[in-house]
Amino acid sequence: MSALLEVEDLTVTFRTAHGPVDVVDGLSFTLERGASLGIVGESGSGKSMTSLAVMGLLPPTASLRGRVSLDGAELTALPESKVRRLRGDRMAMIFQDPLSSLNPYYSVGMQIEEAYRAHRAGVTRRQARKVAVEAMERVHIADAARRVDHYPHQFSGGMRQRVMIAMALSTEPDLLIADEPTTALDVTVQAQILDLLQEVRRETGTALVLISHDLAVVSEIAEDVVVMRHGLAVEQAPAERLFSDPRHPYTRALLDAVPRIDDEIGELRAIDSIDVVGGKA
Amino acid sequence: MVRFLVTRLAGMVGVLFLVVLFTYAIFFALSPDPAVQICGKNCTPELIDQIRTNLGLDRPFYEQFLGFLSGLFVGTTYGTGANAIDCAAPCLGYSFQTGQPVLEMFEQRFGVSATLAVGAAVLWLFMGVAGGMLAAIKKGTWFDRAATGAALGGVSIPNYVLALVLQYVLVVKLGWLPFPQAVPFGADPGQWFLNFVMPWLVLAFTYASMYQRLTRANVLDTLDENFVRTARAKGLAPRLVWRRHALRPALTPVVTLFGMDFAGLLGGAIIIETVFGLNGVGKMASDSITKNDQPVIMGVTLVAAFLVIVGNVIVDIVYTTIDPRVRIGARA
Ligand SMILES: Nc1ncnc2c1ncn2[C@@H]1O[C@H](COP(=O)(O)OP(=O)(O)OP(=O)(O)O)[C@@H](O)[C@H]1O
Ligand SMILES: [Mg+2]
Repeated sequence: MSALLEVEDLTVTFRTAHGPVDVVDGLSFTLERGASLGIVGESGSGKSMTSLAVMGLLPPTASLRGRVSLDGAELTALPESKVRRLRGDRMAMIFQDPLSSLNPYYSVGMQIEEAYRAHRAGVTRRQARKVAVEAMERVHIADAARRVDHYPHQFSGGMRQRVMIAMALSTEPDLLIADEPTTALDVTVQAQILDLLQEVRRETGTALVLISHDLAVVSEIAEDVVVMRHGLAVEQAPAERLFSDPRHPYTRALLDAVPRIDDEIGELRAIDSIDVVGGKA
Repeated sequence: MVRFLVTRLAGMVGVLFLVVLFTYAIFFALSPDPAVQICGKNCTPELIDQIRTNLGLDRPFYEQFLGFLSGLFVGTTYGTGANAIDCAAPCLGYSFQTGQPVLEMFEQRFGVSATLAVGAAVLWLFMGVAGGMLAAIKKGTWFDRAATGAALGGVSIPNYVLALVLQYVLVVKLGWLPFPQAVPFGADPGQWFLNFVMPWLVLAFTYASMYQRLTRANVLDTLDENFVRTARAKGLAPRLVWRRHALRPALTPVVTLFGMDFAGLLGGAIIIETVFGLNGVGKMASDSITKNDQPVIMGVTLVAAFLVIVGNVIVDIVYTTIDPRVRIGARA
């Protein structure tokens, strides 16, 4: 049996005024069912473009080469209408900015129902609403039966991200991609959302791709980690090994930027200050 | 909702009061003595005094102003004895020029302005909003370029120029259309249409151009929104992404603009009515200004302000139903 997600030699190219630019450059990784993978890298390293490429949501000015397969089905060879059926159903995604990712004009319940009904033909609004309330309860939104009719502006940032997660989970996808799900949130709320993602993964068995520029965040959750820089995977390894034995200088630099609990002074070193050898730039 | 309406209505009354006060004050301070005007060529000082007393022009400002206000609300009586004229509320006074009640002048002309406004609005909403949406979907294609180019033309060509050119070509040269006259719909629907179609087109063109540009820009902005990406990430059909998630936010500002523009037009399209010689409220306004017919100018100003303010309140109410963020009492 094939792995749940297989990405092979993925290259994303933007047509720009200065000619084509490869923002993801020959990336490969696999993810087994129920497993978790972290993708870390600095801003602009191509993390979001990788996830959008998997979802088939790249902007129109981007083109894609390579192969992406979900559960044996080669997404990159399927027509858009077929990929659309899988998107939101077998694979779901949550985004960095929960404030702007929900439509301010519709109640959160309606937006969750919509996600569910898009993939369940013949489901009534009543049934979909029940699913929405349950999904909101699963992500621990108190008083979900009432909150379901509220609008995004009535929720805090953390709560909105919970709504996004509820929406993504409503169809019980095999794969959940979380692109910097906590970056826009307060530190305390960040931890709660990460805990939630962990819990959800345990309970539903969905596989998780967690994207972050913060190795500490990724290491808490992911079993395997891909370290990206300038569109390239500079290192791929199980999280533990990456911590105990980082091979690439860039990974070491990232690790040094992680504040350790045992580091009493808690000194933070910026990545820029470290000379990286062997990087692409 | 009730509280919202009450506050809005109170605000509306306040604004109207200020409009009346300022307009009245400006006329009081600046306009040449209407009594002299009315009196005409063979005038004696006694006659002027007589007119001033009849019109109450000899009284101090606040008395005149209060008189005008009470005329609005409870009606008033001009002159005394056998010459007394009753003017029932809402009394806007009498034209200095023709002696006709201003309200009656309105009633006769409002239909023309309303016909112009409604017909033009239908056209410009269709051309502007549909054109803007299409241009946004087909961004960068020949259609987009053509529509955007036409819109740029529309906002830069003054509409009286367009009116004169169209009139010259369609009426004088080709003879396809008559010189516009305010033919009532009931009299002859076909002629009604032929007479109004050119003014509609000219009026609509300028607005359509503005609406096209606004709609196109809003749709493109909205399509870039993160929530549209979320909608696509859910696997929604493109039709639904478009209709539910892109169009509604994109068109909300258009609703606001439309409410104001339409209300403003109901108060008369001064230039178009004048150019085409259509006897609507706009023409009445421009005539009264050239002849310094103070009661008519006051009336037009007041009614136009009233319409715009009412339009505003309606827009606000509509807004609360389309945008939950401004919905009253919905705040958590
Ligand atoms: N529309 C576009 N046209 C051209 N280049 C683009 C476009 N969108 C993104 N890029 C470039 O692609 C590269 C990768 O972007 P991406 O969003 O994947 O980075 P990221 O790793 O997610 O960064 P961040 O941590 O800031 O989210 C960046 O260098 C960016 O400048
Ligand atoms: Mg990103």
